[in-house]
Amino acid sequence: MIAQLPILQVIVPLLAAPCCLLVGRSKLLWFFALLASAMTFVISLVLLQQVQESGTIHYSLGGWSAPFGIEYRIDLLNAYLLLIVSSITSIILLTAHASITAELNENKHKLFYVVFLLCLAGMLGIIATGDAFNLFVFLEISALSSYTLIALGQKRQALTAAFRYLLVGTLGASFILIGIGLMYMVTGTLNMFDLSERLPQVEESRTVVTAFSFLILGVCLKLALFPLHWWLPNAYAYAPSVVSALLAATATKVAIYILLRFIFTVFGGEFSFTTLPLQEILSVLGIAGVLTASVMAIYQQNVKQLFAYSSVAQIAYMMLALAMNSTNGLIATLLHLFNHALMKGALFLALAGVMYRLGSVELTQFAGLGKRMPWTMAAIVIGGLSLIGLPLTVGFISKWYLLRAALENGWWPLAIFILLGSLLAVVYVWRIVETAYFSPAKAGHNQIKEAPLRLLLPTWILVLANLYFGCDASFTIAVTELTAQALLGGAP
Amino acid sequence: MFAIVRMHDLFAIVMLLSIYGFLCASFFMVMDAVDVAFTEAAVGIGISTLLLLSALTLTGRFEKKQRHKPLLAVFSVAITASLLIYGTLQMPPFGSAYAPAHQHIATHYITQSLGETGIINIVTSVLASYRGYDTLGELIVIFTAGMGVLVLLRGATSPAKDSEGKSKRVTSKQPVPMKQHAILRIVSKMLIPLILLFALYVQFHADFGPGGGFQAGVIFASVIILYVMIFGLRATQKTISLAWLEFLSALGVLIFGSVGLLSLLFGENFLDYNMLSSDPVQAQHLGIFVVEIGVGITVAATIILIFMTFTGRMADRGGQQ
Repeated sequence: MIAQLPILQVIVPLLAAPCCLLVGRSKLLWFFALLASAMTFVISLVLLQQVQESGTIHYSLGGWSAPFGIEYRIDLLNAYLLLIVSSITSIILLTAHASITAELNENKHKLFYVVFLLCLAGMLGIIATGDAFNLFVFLEISALSSYTLIALGQKRQALTAAFRYLLVGTLGASFILIGIGLMYMVTGTLNMFDLSERLPQVEESRTVVTAFSFLILGVCLKLALFPLHWWLPNAYAYAPSVVSALLAATATKVAIYILLRFIFTVFGGEFSFTTLPLQEILSVLGIAGVLTASVMAIYQQNVKQLFAYSSVAQIAYMMLALAMNSTNGLIATLLHLFNHALMKGALFLALAGVMYRLGSVELTQFAGLGKRMPWTMAAIVIGGLSLIGLPLTVGFISKWYLLRAALENGWWPLAIFILLGSLLAVVYVWRIVETAYFSPAKAGHNQIKEAPLRLLLPTWILVLANLYFGCDASFTIAVTELTAQALLGGAP
Repeated sequence: MFAIVRMHDLFAIVMLLSIYGFLCASFFMVMDAVDVAFTEAAVGIGISTLLLLSALTLTGRFEKKQRHKPLLAVFSVAITASLLIYGTLQMPPFGSAYAPAHQHIATHYITQSLGETGIINIVTSVLASYRGYDTLGELIVIFTAGMGVLVLLRGATSPAKDSEGKSKRVTSKQPVPMKQHAILRIVSKMLIPLILLFALYVQFHADFGPGGGFQAGVIFASVIILYVMIFGLRATQKTISLAWLEFLSALGVLIFGSVGLLSLLFGENFLDYNMLSSDPVQAQHLGIFVVEIGVGITVAATIILIFMTFTGRMADRGGQQ
């Protein structure tokens, strides 16, 4: 059975989704979905361990060997990402029952779980596959299901937000498809490893350059790189709270994985950074993204939107780190993938708690909540400190590596911009803290109680993870160092 | 295509789109890609036109006046287009047998697939066996789309929504069963069994000619849609209820998936059909057969489901006004 783990990782949630349609009651559904995602979590743990022990795992689907059939290829990067996505999703799903009972109509619960599992399966499928077209297929699954999840939001704006996301997402997906099609045209293969061997023979061809630029552009649309981020804040803000947490913590990570995979494995780092001025583009957009999005975050009235803009800024940090094109830079990107998932997961789950009690996450509603919901607010504060990058939180670790990489490259001004970004983060986190702890409670809010344990517990698991991996980062650093070396050292 | 961009009448646009689809299908025919042409004809022209039209009856026929000039959009489209042209200038010459796309794995499929799978139509063997997992993925995409429509349209009728619907100038009326159209009713009664037979033929004939679960499912769905349009939703729902359709759309995916799970149980890789029989060619045949049935069921059920949810919605709105 161990040999089948790579495929089980994906098909467990994939086939659990249609099964959900056949299950009746909401609580049972929740339990079933939770079981499926917990299984993916366990599988991903085993996979990571296996990869660490014995190197890349190959798995040919349908028994057809690599370039002819589809192949799953799990190396350290895949295993690491699989672990991030499946663990965070499982924790988020713990809160799902309580949260969607408060936010969704009873008759939509079943569909929610179906689509949620599909989204999980889509993301895992993207990460696990070693085939470019298969990646596109799973990209479509995860994209379609996330549009649907966003559209489940209570307010009517959710529909517009989902539609916007749909337009941008479709555009991004078709760009990626064009890129894959052009690559097939010049190489005759879709397998990523095969591609990486055959592309260097034709790399002078303009078609390859075009394919590369379309791919990069498509993925950048998907991952909301500034200035292509305008779909993101509303999508996060109006989606149901569980969905916001899922998207913020995992979806963009998957897009960044695609980017890394194409840049470093398929095209090779050398080609990628010499054909296009990738270093300049990414670093300029990164700096602009960090500053603009952080400033925008300061002016938001809706806390979900505030954190959504902060997500755009964090993505920009990762791109900045990527632009360094050095081992430390790449480590910083990879670390931040994990760390950001922890922070945003914790923050959005805490917001789900607020939403559960108040039915709204407007900043004005937060007045006096520090006393009424102490645990939830403490979670937000710690998550916020992590965003800022204070020592003892995970945010510090990734910022530290980012700074080191910047100084290594001799990019002094960049270090200043990074610090400036952190200061801006202090401002927007402080706004929440100030309202929650130092403003008098609103008249009607005396009856507000702490969020229920079912919401609080998963939130605090993530918060404690924030602190734990902030104090003892040996696990993450060990994995990311090896991954970064493998990526830069050429094809695995 | 230019006409589509310039037009404001959505109905005409849908019609033009279907003409465009026809042209595409003919292009595919000219290029000897019969399977693709068939799919384009069934999906691009048939079903998507129908779905667009039923969406139009919900929203209204004319687009809203644009206030701003989309200069930025024009600019970015121009850049994209020029990039595409720039890129394609150096692509391998059209129809060249020495193009890389025809040299590498395609050669393997052409020379080996008959021996390995025993199936004459290479497209089918690639889709259902070599890249069967992609097909499962596509099936899930369709399933997800169906679920998405359900999420959006089920029980979402709120007063706020309806008032907005009215302001948008609803031009169409509730679809009335065409009781007075005797010719339509009789002709369709004659045609429906034939089309159903054709759908089954397409379903089971994919080994030898163009066809397969996707096209068959679409054709099957179009029959039911025809029935809904002529005899009304209520008459159709007596035979096929929405709950059943939901069940069927999940069932198809599960049939496909269970073939894969079965191979896991026998200790083979996922979707390895070879465990189904001792003779590999026989096993491939059987595997592809079952998988195609799964595809057909889900595709048909999902499309009917989408259409019925749309029409159900129209009936709701008609009743309220």
